[in-house]
Amino acid sequence: MTRFMALFARSQLAFIGLIILSLILILAILTPWLPLNDPNVIDTSNRFKRPFSEDSILGTDHLGRDLLSRLLWGTRLSIAVGLCAAIIAAFIGSAIGVIAGFYGGHTDNIIMRGVDMLMAFPYILLALAIVAALGPGLMNALIAVAIVNIPFFARNIRGVTLGIVHREFVDAARLSGMSNAKIIINEILPNVFPVIVVAMSTTVGWMILETAGLSFLGLGSQPPQADLGSMLGEARAAIITSPYTSVVPGVMILIIVMAINLVGDGIRDVLDPRLKSGALSTPRSTTEVAKNKSDAGLKTQTLLSINGLKTEFRIGNRILKAVNDVSLTVDKGQCVGIIGESGSGKSVTALSIMRLVSSPPGIITDGSIDFKGDDLLKLSSEDLRDFRGKKVSYVFQDPLSTLHPLYTVGQQLSEAIQSHNHVGKLEKHKKALELLQAVRISNPEKRLNSYPHELSGGMRQRIGIAMALANDPDIIIADEPTTALDVTVQAQILKLFQDLRREKGLALVFITHDFGVISQICDKVAVMYAGKVVETGPAAEILKSPAHPYTARLKSCVPELGQGKRNLIAIPGFPPMIDNMPSGCAFASRCGKAEQNCQSAMVDIKKIGQERAVRCLFPEEIKAG
Amino acid sequence: MIAYIIKRLLSAIPVLLGISVIVFIIMALIPGDPATAILGSFATPENVEKLNRDLGLDKPMIQRYFIWLGNMLQGDFGRSFSLNKDVLDEISERFGATLVLAGVSFVLCSILGVVAGALSASRQFGITDKLITLSVLIGISIPSFFLGMMMILFFSVQLRWFPVSGMWPIYGARDLSALLSHLFLPAVALSVVATGVIARLSRSAMLEVLRQDFIRTARAKGLSEARVIWRHALKAAMVSVIPVLGVQAGFVLSGAVYIEMVFQWPGVGRMLVEAILKRDILLVQGGVVFVAACYVMFNIVVDIIQSLLDPRIKT
Ligand code: SF4
Repeated sequence: MTRFMALFARSQLAFIGLIILSLILILAILTPWLPLNDPNVIDTSNRFKRPFSEDSILGTDHLGRDLLSRLLWGTRLSIAVGLCAAIIAAFIGSAIGVIAGFYGGHTDNIIMRGVDMLMAFPYILLALAIVAALGPGLMNALIAVAIVNIPFFARNIRGVTLGIVHREFVDAARLSGMSNAKIIINEILPNVFPVIVVAMSTTVGWMILETAGLSFLGLGSQPPQADLGSMLGEARAAIITSPYTSVVPGVMILIIVMAINLVGDGIRDVLDPRLKSGALSTPRSTTEVAKNKSDAGLKTQTLLSINGLKTEFRIGNRILKAVNDVSLTVDKGQCVGIIGESGSGKSVTALSIMRLVSSPPGIITDGSIDFKGDDLLKLSSEDLRDFRGKKVSYVFQDPLSTLHPLYTVGQQLSEAIQSHNHVGKLEKHKKALELLQAVRISNPEKRLNSYPHELSGGMRQRIGIAMALANDPDIIIADEPTTALDVTVQAQILKLFQDLRREKGLALVFITHDFGVISQICDKVAVMYAGKVVETGPAAEILKSPAHPYTARLKSCVPELGQGKRNLIAIPGFPPMIDNMPSGCAFASRCGKAEQNCQSAMVDIKKIGQERAVRCLFPEEIKAG
Repeated sequence: MIAYIIKRLLSAIPVLLGISVIVFIIMALIPGDPATAILGSFATPENVEKLNRDLGLDKPMIQRYFIWLGNMLQGDFGRSFSLNKDVLDEISERFGATLVLAGVSFVLCSILGVVAGALSASRQFGITDKLITLSVLIGISIPSFFLGMMMILFFSVQLRWFPVSGMWPIYGARDLSALLSHLFLPAVALSVVATGVIARLSRSAMLEVLRQDFIRTARAKGLSEARVIWRHALKAAMVSVIPVLGVQAGFVLSGAVYIEMVFQWPGVGRMLVEAILKRDILLVQGGVVFVAACYVMFNIVVDIIQSLLDPRIKT
């Protein structure tokens, strides 16, 4: 409860709403004891007295009745009626929902059919029909509004009940011989209760509005009794001559409903994590780069050179150093593999090149990424747009979630072409066909009109690659492009990458957790662990004799390509949490060769031999070769 | 596609039957002798007898339902005693006005709501987002009838920009410009709440979509941010917004009751309220069934549009 209040208080608006609502409620409760004029005393000699006249602060209405007094009594009535309707609707609706969800099968079917029928009515129309049958009157309006809102509760609560009815604790209760009624009361109700509260808090405002509306139409409270709605209705005739008699009750409804909605939003955000997404931030178009980033850029002749890259995620007051001082170069036509477990920072490194790391929470804090002498981290988002997909393009891991589900393959390909070349329709079509042929898709004409969900996984990944090829980039970054595919398709896709490289002289950055893949296509490899490169060098040499104990482990737990699922669990232990990094070698807790001094200070990366480097105090012996 | 449309139309039949059953049950709630209650102040002996005969009120419930249903299917909704007129005639005369009002409001709230929601999401936590969120909050909290009255006071009485009420000028040509000037205020007043609801949902749908992988793909392609937001994200978000539009259409259609009362718009809503106050039950019954049936049909159109947008729906 205290946590609830703390979370709730964090939302200022909800808090303001709560204060306003409490004030109004207190006034409404105290109304009978306040020194007010009688709300129903008619005094025709004092009709339409202006606000702030003596005796009546808010003036009088068309019958000379005191407006302030009527307002407070009306507020009291409106809130009471709205609240009653909400409680009735919540009670009956939730009961129906729990029963439907709990018993399932036919019971559920029949009940939900009925609920759907009720929902097929335009909302207020059903209330009107009910009032028409029962006759005008406040009680009847209340019943009508409650009935109309029952389906909403029934549906929501049924959904939640369905979600928990097969959970272990319910099964356990069943096995222990508890009766159904007991299970519902002891096990189900406590779990659906928050949802009921959320649903109530979001509908109470509506119900107050609707009952006021029915009263406004003359179908709710009957004179002389008046709620806010009927006050408005009665004042309507004098709207032009004495607008304040309308404004007073109207503004009151607005304030009440608004305060309730604010509080409701606050409650919803706290209690219902599913709906909270609106409060999370969505990534911007480019990763933020820290302003105080140092100018580390060294002009090199290489195609792409990453120097001292640091990318962090800032979540609340935690800082996760996902990429921590990574340097890497890619030459023209070269294939560089980045290998590591998930969470090692390999993908974040790759995404940083394109500035596609989700931001917030991601931020690039230091380093430089030079592409043909330009620091990509300094590009404006306009220049970056020109660069993405044209100079460097990206192939993502899961082609189902990374292709737009509602556009055809042809539309997505043409768009990729169009984004950097303004070409005519015919030419676009021709180019799209060429691209599909380049990625060895048979029957390309037909495929252009397919949607992603109509294709197989391998085919989708080919489309992903075709899209990456659309503007003849210098580099393609392939982020685990085969992980989501089955083994035979994996081999085909790898071969395709090989062929494309040869045909087009592409450079390739290949992210993977699989040494088998590395051995197939990479010239050079960088092994990453906990945000750092722990070993780098020519792929063939590292494969033959890994120097870092981690590399050795990675390699040994990987069977040859094409032999089923690879299993990384073979390395005992887990990578360290990257917000809680040990002071020395990050691998120490899992390393068989760890010694005392491994943990005492940062381990630097050291050259071993011509092209290799390793971050280990006690590297494995290098076999000559 | 055609097969899908036919399938959806067929699936509407049980819903329509359900609606008729519900209305029938509600009307069966009327306390006391039904004929006298239905006729209310028109309960002359010959009227009571005529009604008893027409509706078979002496027969058992189930039989009565089928008589009533059969009559409706033949276009016989009964006779309004307060207007001394055929119910269906009266409804069809009034329905056009409601359709114009609700239709224009619906278009207005759909466009404004979706655009505001998408804009708000694309500037999440920025000034635009905060302003839109605040306006939306006020929009969904204000009673439409109160808003309508204030609009009349301000735009019609103070500024004299628009006529105070009605659908047509009392004197003068009944042309499009006359209609538009009468339509503007009620249509706006009617659309405000729905705009707010739609904007809210569009915002959260957009935020949801903007976090998805294919948006990152679009950005990786080097598309302009405008294209990413208004083409890629919005299209995907519409999949979850369109059903909400269907629900909101129901709110607009039935919320027209208030607005028609405030603006003296000669539609079905005002007819219903007047009929309820005069206890003209047959007119209410006919009006409710008719409007609900139209709404069911509209929802089929919504489903079809949805299936055109989303190829993953099996048609
Ligand atoms: S530095 Fe020490 S703990 Fe780290 S990998 Fe090398 S031997 Fe193992």
